[in-house]
Amino acid sequence: MIPGSFDYLRPTTIGEAVSALAESGEDAKVLAGGQSLMPLLRLRLALPEVLVDLDHVAELREIRDTGDSVFIGAMATHHQVIKDPLVRAHAPLIAQATATVADPAVRHRGTLGGSLAHADPAGDLPAVILALDGVLIAQSAHGPREIPAADFFEDYLTSALEPAELLLGVRIPKLGTGWGFHYEKFHRTAQAWAIVGVACGVRRANGAIEECRVALTNMGPAPVRAHEVERALLGRVATQNAFKAAAAHAAEGTAPTGDLHGSAEYREHLARVLTARALTTAAGI
Amino acid sequence: MTEVGTARKRSEDARLITGNTQWTDNIQLPGMLYVAFLRSPYAHARIVNVDTSAALDRPGVVAVFSGADLAGEQGGLPCAWVVTPDMVLPDHPPIAVTEVRYSGEPVACVVARDRYAAADALEAIDVDYEPLPPVLDMQAALAEGADLVHSDKGTNKSYTWVFANGDLDAAFLDAAVVIEREYVQQRLIPSAMEPRSVVCQPFGDQMTVWSSTQIPHILRVMLASVTGVPEQNLRVIAPDVGGGFGSKLQVYGEEVITLILARKLGKPVKWTESRSEGNQTVHHGRDQIQRLRLAADADGRIRGLNVDLLADMGAYLMLVTPGIPLLGAFMFPAIYKMDAYSFTCTGVFTTKMPTDAYRGAGRPEATFAIERLMDELAHELDLDPIEVRRRNWIKHDEFPYETVCGLTYDSGNYEAATEKALQLFEYDKLRAEQADRRERHDTVQLGIGVSTFTEMCGLAPSRVLGSLFYGAGGWEHSAVRMLPTGKVEVLTGSSAHGQGHETAWAQIASDALGVPFEDVRVLHGDTAISHKGLDTYGSRSLVVGGVALVGACVKVVDKARVVAAHLLEADASDLTFENGRFSVRGVPEQGMSIQEIAGATFAAHNLPDGIEPSLDSEATFDPENFSFPHGTHLCAAEVDTETGFVKIRKYVAVDDIGKVVNPLIVEGQVHGGLAQGISQALYEEAVYDVDGNLQTTTLADYLVPSASDLPTFTTDRTETPATTNPLGVKGVGEAGTIASTPAVVNAIVDALRPFGVSDVRMPCTPERVWRALQEGVAQ
Ligand SMILES: Cc1cc2nc3c(=O)[nH]c(=O)nc-3n(C[C@H](O)[C@H](O)[C@H](O)COP(=O)(O)OP(=O)(O)OC[C@H]3O[C@@H](n4cnc5c(N)ncnc54)[C@H](O)[C@@H]3O)c2cc1C
Repeated sequence: MIPGSFDYLRPTTIGEAVSALAESGEDAKVLAGGQSLMPLLRLRLALPEVLVDLDHVAELREIRDTGDSVFIGAMATHHQVIKDPLVRAHAPLIAQATATVADPAVRHRGTLGGSLAHADPAGDLPAVILALDGVLIAQSAHGPREIPAADFFEDYLTSALEPAELLLGVRIPKLGTGWGFHYEKFHRTAQAWAIVGVACGVRRANGAIEECRVALTNMGPAPVRAHEVERALLGRVATQNAFKAAAAHAAEGTAPTGDLHGSAEYREHLARVLTARALTTAAGI
Repeated sequence: MTEVGTARKRSEDARLITGNTQWTDNIQLPGMLYVAFLRSPYAHARIVNVDTSAALDRPGVVAVFSGADLAGEQGGLPCAWVVTPDMVLPDHPPIAVTEVRYSGEPVACVVARDRYAAADALEAIDVDYEPLPPVLDMQAALAEGADLVHSDKGTNKSYTWVFANGDLDAAFLDAAVVIEREYVQQRLIPSAMEPRSVVCQPFGDQMTVWSSTQIPHILRVMLASVTGVPEQNLRVIAPDVGGGFGSKLQVYGEEVITLILARKLGKPVKWTESRSEGNQTVHHGRDQIQRLRLAADADGRIRGLNVDLLADMGAYLMLVTPGIPLLGAFMFPAIYKMDAYSFTCTGVFTTKMPTDAYRGAGRPEATFAIERLMDELAHELDLDPIEVRRRNWIKHDEFPYETVCGLTYDSGNYEAATEKALQLFEYDKLRAEQADRRERHDTVQLGIGVSTFTEMCGLAPSRVLGSLFYGAGGWEHSAVRMLPTGKVEVLTGSSAHGQGHETAWAQIASDALGVPFEDVRVLHGDTAISHKGLDTYGSRSLVVGGVALVGACVKVVDKARVVAAHLLEADASDLTFENGRFSVRGVPEQGMSIQEIAGATFAAHNLPDGIEPSLDSEATFDPENFSFPHGTHLCAAEVDTETGFVKIRKYVAVDDIGKVVNPLIVEGQVHGGLAQGISQALYEEAVYDVDGNLQTTTLADYLVPSASDLPTFTTDRTETPATTNPLGVKGVGEAGTIASTPAVVNAIVDALRPFGVSDVRMPCTPERVWRALQEGVAQ
């Protein structure tokens, strides 16, 4: 549990951070809250030569209203996100899901950007951002780039970020009225990672479901949208039975693996049960 | 008597909680070197060659040794409990020399100027292994032609130990009910908050060892015999120790090697484990397969019980490895009367980390088995689980009672504890809710689990240990020093590692000597100061060590009385001693405080002829019997039948631990114990993969609960004093752990009975519960 040796850089601006990454290239790693990276370093599963610590890049912590969307800086801590009035008003799903992450100590250090860049299939926030059609903003020495969430999470611990690319934050489109949201997390202990999680939003108008978003945590190497469930609900009246019937499709197109906390078969079963519950809660029935 | 019975906050807590204290890893000595161990990635392999040359060239490295390099001086790790004359006891080198037998076993070590250099250099050691087949399954290990853990021994069986009393055949013949079950006690990893750590400092021909250990005194004797450092030159200090739960009741290879390296290099050397290293190589707990048969009459009265255990020893026998399951041998009959009982335990070698003591040690296993069986018996006969227990338990007016195991339970009142628990639990109300949920086919079902447990504590009468071939006695020692200013130092051979001795012992001494609580300092855990003792485990500290302290205090008062009589010019038999003051009977104003007498004795200007100028006294107490705490625990669990998730809704623990010295400490011990017992039922399991690699090396994979996962416990007590010691105490360190595991599993099974479920294997993970439901419904 002792990391290998590395150089340590502590930029104070985005520009400095980007050039530090450009200079060190593949041998560098960004250090955000360290809640995922530090364990990897200590177990020597990651052996970077340079750590670029973003802790002092204040501008990366900002959460702003950008008109039709809310921008959350990569270095906003989980704690900050949970408390932020803009997030609570326009993206309450993020605040609710973030509150289920780990424990207060982790939430005071861990960041939204770190969670997304880390692309852990058991992480709660990738599925949430996917459900909300968030857009990730990255920057390298070659300039900025926008990556839709649907293209960002590529594989197990693999995002679309290039090695020398910095994640600046994520833009969450403001959704109109009539939405209800819920993140349903299933885990064995309060501090444990999700065995399966379901992020969902339901918009109703005149009693029928007009739009619906469902994304699943830990049902494969990357978060997945349960499109079959979404489709099955369009135009339907929001009833428990309708949700149950639609949720029967939740595991379609997923590829969960088994581990110590649950087999693939059990995860598929959970996805169906939890999706029905999440939709029911989101719709408030 | 004012201190004993008072719920004092613990005086040691401020420094323990802030960590602003002497944890072993906090110790920094000039010139200190650091050792790191290279560990086997194989469960079983022959060591063909270890090349340390590249590691030696790494910056900061002082020395590198393989097992072969140290073969001449590293000795073998001790096993102090040879349970049968023909027990197979393999050699256990601290660093493997020719063969590794569990993943994580040390194969080499690096000594460097800092711990980073040591860790880096490990990667440069080149070990050539020839893999051998792992032995992972106990039953397969005993089969003809099985791969062997120790090929030279010709068997994977270490021993078979048998105890029987009464006519078992007669008990089973024509029995109206026979219940036959197999339960698995999963392998557990004791997760003390403070990792193991050891520092050894050579100084001339003396060696000082600081270790995060529960057993400084035993460790001293053992290190002396393993390393050859003469006992009188060896000082072992257990500074503040952050929990052990049995895992630090051990003589670890890392302790031996750190000492040998310090001696060899003439420099202080430190080793501190990481959590992952600890999960792999701190000794593990439990790991038994229990095959059980119980015969009963149609009215539920037990006739006989047959217990056949397979106990996983792991790869080697460590300090008390083989004896752990036998600590449960006498506890399967628990609080119940029966005519016949038979117990057989076979210790089996596997290529896994050795097992040894873990909180409760043998007794949780026994309690789990019998309390699960009692619920099965109740179900079989369609009786309430409380009623079936009531029909079998020893009644309060039958004490002292000699059990079928030959133990004499001195006292107890199972009726009273159960009555209180039922009331606090609102048993009838919860049963009604259960019926209602069943009728409504509610997704969430409610189950009620009962555990009316007892345990044997206060380890242990030395004679009994002798008869079980244990390598030492079970007494405890204490001493009291009266300082010139009237303040008091208490020395105890018990070695606190979180239990609160400094507070409880001061309370006892304060009452016995009549001095203020604040005037007493308790010294422990240093063989040069509290020079004599047998340390802390098996809920023995208060029951044995506390009683020794009372004995030492009585001697101090007796000595002081002689001096007081002389100074007060009265006859000793005319003096009363109350609240720390001797006074002449009938003339209360004519008196002296014990502090004044301490001062006068120190000055020694005017002592009676032939009286030594010292009030200091010591006492050693060897218990004549075990103590038998008991209690009734009730658990209500909600089971989500769609996901298998278990939530403990209500938990009531009524414990009878005899007299209570400090209710707050008792409360803490019960809460922590419950957490650990519940954790065995729901969360913890050490898992090895098919190759014999431990998969649960981090706390993300080896789940332990936090406060948010546990219910608010309702605790209460009944008080039936122990009759076998002057304090009337019985011990509380393990009660919660022993009682709670079966209460939780009984509750889960009770919730799922309507679905045809009669067992769920521990830990009852959501998936296991869900699968049990699928299988139950399918039947
Ligand atoms: C005990 C514990 C329990 C946890 N439980 C949960 C849980 O239940 N659910 C959950 O979702 N998470 C959980 N986490 C993880 C937590 O949310 C982490 O905070 C998160 O995964 C990573 O955020 P971080 O800021 O700590 O990133 P770091 O650990 O610093 O970095 C993680 C990775 O992202 C990269 N990175 C970070 N920021 C950037 C950036 N701006 N640009 C480019 N790359 C970047 C790093 O290089 C690294 O590869 C847990 C963590 C712990 C320690």
